[in-house]
Amino acid sequence: MKKKKSIEVKTQTVGRNRRNFLKVSGLALAGSSLLLAACSDDDDNGNMMGGGTFDLGTGDVGVLNYAYALEQLEAAFYTNVVNGSFYASASADEKAILLDLYNHEVNHREFFKAAIGANVPMEQQLTADLEFDFSSVDFGNRDSVLTTARILEDTGVSAYNGAGQYIQTAVYLTLAGKIVSVEARHAAAIRSIINGSADYTAFAGDDIIDSNGLDLAASPEEVISAAGGFFVTPFTYNNPGA
Amino acid sequence: MNLIKFLDEFTTDKMQEPMTCRRAMFGQLGSIGKKAALAAVPFGLATASNKAMAQSSGDVVGVLNLALTLEYLEDEFYAMALDSGVLSSNAKAEAIYQQISKHESQHVDFLTAAIEGAGADPVAKPSFDFTVGGAFDPFNENGAGQATAYAQLLALAQAFEDTGVRAYKGQAANLMGSAGVLTAALQIHSVEARHASEIRRLRGLEGWITGNQRGAGMPEATQAVYNGEDNISQGGVDVTTLGSGSPFTMDAATQAYDEILTRDEAVTIASLFIES
Repeated sequence: MKKKKSIEVKTQTVGRNRRNFLKVSGLALAGSSLLLAACSDDDDNGNMMGGGTFDLGTGDVGVLNYAYALEQLEAAFYTNVVNGSFYASASADEKAILLDLYNHEVNHREFFKAAIGANVPMEQQLTADLEFDFSSVDFGNRDSVLTTARILEDTGVSAYNGAGQYIQTAVYLTLAGKIVSVEARHAAAIRSIINGSADYTAFAGDDIIDSNGLDLAASPEEVISAAGGFFVTPFTYNNPGA
Repeated sequence: MNLIKFLDEFTTDKMQEPMTCRRAMFGQLGSIGKKAALAAVPFGLATASNKAMAQSSGDVVGVLNLALTLEYLEDEFYAMALDSGVLSSNAKAEAIYQQISKHESQHVDFLTAAIEGAGADPVAKPSFDFTVGGAFDPFNENGAGQATAYAQLLALAQAFEDTGVRAYKGQAANLMGSAGVLTAALQIHSVEARHASEIRRLRGLEGWITGNQRGAGMPEATQAVYNGEDNISQGGVDVTTLGSGSPFTMDAATQAYDEILTRDEAVTIASLFIES
């Protein structure tokens, strides 16, 4: 997909970023995935150069970019909700919940921006300016806003649950865990206010929790397919576990 | 999650530990918590009897048995709650408890099958005392009255669910390398988080945890469940400094991230409710 690059240039980039990582974040990076990428001159790991579609990458880099894409999407959605003064019929309780979700998702987005900026080689960093298409959402309509929120939160849960296995560094896995449980708290609250007294079990309904009591877990392919309608900026996530 | 695929994980190298080591651990587990159920002992202080389950972090079966112990506790709690009649006049609470009870029972079965599938022995179900030596009366067995019992029933559920979320999260890194087990544990973890959110909201709180606040109406003894939730340093980054405005306040920045409990901390909390 992309032109071959000089190994020397790429290796230097990785080296500099690894030092930044250790210095800035203090996390214990397992450098092997980055070095592996650096040593392969025909990979397409998270690299937009050469005109191909940006690929989120593999291992920790891929998961960081993937999470960043999803958090950008959620943050952009709730920003629209909050900036649009919510929907006309929003109760005080609903506004408080949606404002909290906006706060949390914007914080998550900025966290991943900082983490990626410190830890991922420049050319493998997902852009901070993904564009989204929310034309399918009627921001003045309760059902439309809450249904979209439910889809985004449930998708977030399924995405983190499905991608945990691709994380190679314990600190990142724990961080993903810190975030996914908050997404699940969101999902439960949204599902609860959507269904109200019509279904008191919706917060963890039989439509999402299986007969072993397990929540959703989806592959990146399934997630990107489910949320793909919102993404204008194209990207791929071809080899999360490579 | 395909159970067969899940069980296949146990053919991996992590399962090759000497049986003697695991047997020794299970032998110790039988005596956990005998002295822990002292009334008025805060959740965080009953540490003396908790060493046994703290020995084998990194061992997949050890993680699953810790999880199973917590699920036994939750499963029995919700079953007793539904049997007690304390919820019978509140259709919403009863429906929520029924749904959670179903999941906890499923978790017990799933984890038991997983451990047995690994050729290991599931830890025995302890005897629980949800009154903590008479300090609580969540099932209205000792004359507390329906209203008091109901409040305690909800408070204990909140404590158990928020503990479950933190305990699973704390063990995730010990399951790296066993993809199927890790994914299943994450899938249980987020179910516990959904439960926690709903119970908290049923109690009139937000679904998420602000700072290290246990929330209105929670007994002081539950504070250990919330200690450390006020952390704002994520991966070495102070997440209150990443921007300006409401997303970067202390409240939002602590709500946005749940924190872990270590195995010791989780066992200490659970042990308060374990008689033998």
